[in-house]
This record gives sequence, C-alpha cells and structure tokens, in this order.
Amino acid sequence: MGVKVIIPTPLRQYADKNASVVVEGKTVDEVMQNLTALHGELKRHLYGEDGKLRRFVNIYRNEEDIRYLEKENTPVKDNDVLNIVPSIAGGNIHFGNEAVLPGIPGRK
Amino acid sequence: MATSIHQKELERIRQHGAQTYPHECCGILLGKAEDWNKTILDILPMNNARKDSPQNRYMILPEDLIASDREARKRGLDVIGFYHSHPDHPAQPSEFDREHAWPWFAYIIVAVGKGVPRDLTAWLLSADRAQFVPEELQVTENGN
Repeated sequence: MGVKVIIPTPLRQYADKNASVVVEGKTVDEVMQNLTALHGELKRHLYGEDGKLRRFVNIYRNEEDIRYLEKENTPVKDNDVLNIVPSIAGGNIHFGNEAVLPGIPGRK
Repeated sequence: MATSIHQKELERIRQHGAQTYPHECCGILLGKAEDWNKTILDILPMNNARKDSPQNRYMILPEDLIASDREARKRGLDVIGFYHSHPDHPAQPSEFDREHAWPWFAYIIVAVGKGVPRDLTAWLLSADRAQFVPEELQVTENGN
C-alpha cells in the first residue's frame, strides 16, 4: 500500500527506469521526500538549491493540481496517484552582449 | 545519441516560427525513443501561454501537455521534446531556457530573423543541469 507516483519520461532514468514508484506518506511533501530519498538523483531535477520544488514542476493528486488544493501539505492516502508534470517554458532573453540577427549569430 | 526528424516536420517548425513572428512559437515533438535516440514523427504546434511577453518568452501549460501526452499514447507515440522560436535572436538556448529545461527531452530552437526562419538547432540538458549541449539532428528525406 502507498501512494503511486507517476514519473515523467525524462526522469525515469533516475528512478531505475520505472514509470511509477509506490511510496509511503501522508502528505504530498512526505511522499516526495520519501521518493527522493529512494531515488536521490531525482532531487536535483525536482528541487532547487533552496530546497523548494522548482517552479516548473507541477504535481497533480488524482488529476487535481495541488496548487489549488493545499500545495505540498495536500493530504494523500493509500492508492492515491501523484502525477509529476513538467511546465515547459523558455525564451530568448540572453544575458550579456550577444549579437542579434541578422548578421553573424552571436554566442555568449 | 541523436535525434532524427523528417524534412517535412522540420519545415513545419520553421513555418510556425514565421507565422507567430515577432512572437515566439512553441510546440511539442512526438515520436519514439529508444534510450537516448529519438525519432520525431510528428509535431504538435501549441499556443504560447505567455500572453504577457510572447516576443521573448514561451510556455506550454501543464494541462496542454497532459492532453498532448494522452493523444500521443493513443497513437503509440511519446512526447520526446519541444520546439520554440527565437525571434531576432540566434538559435542558441538562453540562460532562461536552461533554467526551465528538463533532462532527456530534445529541445529544438529555430531563429527567425525579420520574419524569416533561419538557423535551426537541437539541444539536450546536461545531466548536472549546468548547460545545454548540442544534439545531433539527423534530417531524413523519406517518409516515416
């Protein structure tokens, strides 16, 4: 018994190639802490250096975004499913004095 | 470790970049993967969710990604990466791109200068998250 955590494809390599992992915990935070204790390499990709979940990591409890529940304090029970879903973001802001098109493509 | 893409899909990415200029375009790469080798078989153009700053930012909402992932699986495909454009900037990942990147996924960037698609590059996040490394993009001419 426990909570099933769905591991997104890019992170499966850090979870022994498992698509999901069952871990214990009474809150989302406890489950995630237990998950990263079990598979230490996941931590770098899920948590920032400040120990908080990265901004682009979204967690859904049974298809509900925990941001709209009680965030990481959201309670979980046996057989709940947590889905880790990436936010995909980026953009062309460059720091430093790079060249812009047209012309020679610039590098930092 | 390489990513292959059909010329037709590559052209669709370029055209999407031209269509949304001077705003960034973005989309999802669907295909098949065997460990680190990926074959892009289709692209899903997405709406840029960054309405506040679409000329230099892009975002694909998690709910859009979940729906696309379901769609991909029905077709026997996987989400294997993403593309976006850099209007009037080189096809080089920015620090902002790196901070928000995930390992393993292929990231394609197309530079669009004055509305015309130019360089197109592919990147992978390094395992330590410290940098993007260039990914070899093999362009195929024949059908899937």
